[in-house]
Amino acid sequence: MTQKEALTEYLLRLADSDMILGQRLCELCGKAPALEEEMALMNVALDLVGQARNWYEYAAELIDDGRDADKLAFRRDAHDYRNLLLTEQPNEDYAVTMGRQFFYDAWHYFTLKSLVNASDERVAAIAAKALKEVTYHLRRSSEWVKRLGDGTEESHRRMQDAVDILWRFTGELITPDKTDQLMAEAGIGPDPEQLKEDWRGLVKEVLEEATLTPQPDDAWMYLGGKRGEHTEHLGFILAEMQFLQRAYPDATTW
Amino acid sequence: MPQHGDTDPRSAVDKLIASDRVPANANTDQLTEADIWAILEDVKDPEVPAVSVVELGIVRAVHWDGKELSVDVTPTYSGCPATELIEELIEEALRAAGFRNVRINQVLTPAWTTDWITDEGKEKLRAFGIAPPQGSASKRSLLGDSEVITCPHCGSTETERVSEFGSTACKALYRCKDCLEPFDYFKCI
Repeated sequence: MTQKEALTEYLLRLADSDMILGQRLCELCGKAPALEEEMALMNVALDLVGQARNWYEYAAELIDDGRDADKLAFRRDAHDYRNLLLTEQPNEDYAVTMGRQFFYDAWHYFTLKSLVNASDERVAAIAAKALKEVTYHLRRSSEWVKRLGDGTEESHRRMQDAVDILWRFTGELITPDKTDQLMAEAGIGPDPEQLKEDWRGLVKEVLEEATLTPQPDDAWMYLGGKRGEHTEHLGFILAEMQFLQRAYPDATTW
Repeated sequence: MPQHGDTDPRSAVDKLIASDRVPANANTDQLTEADIWAILEDVKDPEVPAVSVVELGIVRAVHWDGKELSVDVTPTYSGCPATELIEELIEEALRAAGFRNVRINQVLTPAWTTDWITDEGKEKLRAFGIAPPQGSASKRSLLGDSEVITCPHCGSTETERVSEFGSTACKALYRCKDCLEPFDYFKCI
């Protein structure tokens, strides 16, 4: 794998994870538990989709086969998607929605914080923009985990269930593969050990304050999203998200 | 049916469109970059029409060599849905002023922050009923956000945050505890 190939792969992971989580959040449009929450969720989704576009555009330039950002988002199938498995998990109740968001935001925040100093200028510029937005996301989702965890008996039980359900998908965030290693060596991606330490540190801190119990670090983890092996949920998301572009390819006016 | 006495063979729609066209004698040769900035001062943000794209700090640079005009524009938020519309509005305004060769470049560096909003822009936001960003974006920390937001309606500092996000990505929702009015706060980012 050349550095360019690794970078392309890495950009698609960033883009796909943002895109799929953004799409997931949009499912709550019109049926979030409260109006303020709905606005917040849609704004977070909007940030993520915007960031996805920035990453897709760069990836499309590197791939250079005539496909643009839209084609990368709407014309690739599940096995070509490189998003983290966590992002494709269903919304379930609000504890799961916010738990998923918190685990992702914590990973996203530390990843972007490192990418800001990437040796690749374009990556650094996109990350700098995204980091400011994601700082807000993380602040918000960690507050929710604390409120629900350290709330009523029912909210605590649900938040703990959410942590237990989602935990098996978090290993992927901090388990580096060859692409991650190559990116770190190239001075672009974060140092995997540092990322793991930062992520675990923050998660431990927030869960503790939320009176929640994390599962063990060495619990069995699902990996595979980064190499296109997904849970059953992704196909359904893509079916809905890509329908129009698949049914009316290259239409420019809707 | 064309009316008697109407000698113009063009349809009413054509005439209407023609009236929007750049006058054939529009002369941009004499215009300077300062004139171009003045034109851009009239382009308002579509979501916050109280301020111009210049006051918001969205227009970064203008290059005019007498033949080609290029404008550097930076998005506020990665996913701001107004970005493309703003670019179109800028291009439209410049074409209406007679520029035929207009290019809009999107630049990401240095990233836009609320520090780019001019003092005049901040004052206009306040007058419009939106609390302007307070303090410097660079000094914000991850979990510490203890800044005092002043109500744009009555000036009270007794305000509370209702939601971290408001009607657009760039705003948060607040409420004044004195005059009881809700208001948008342009987030410091």
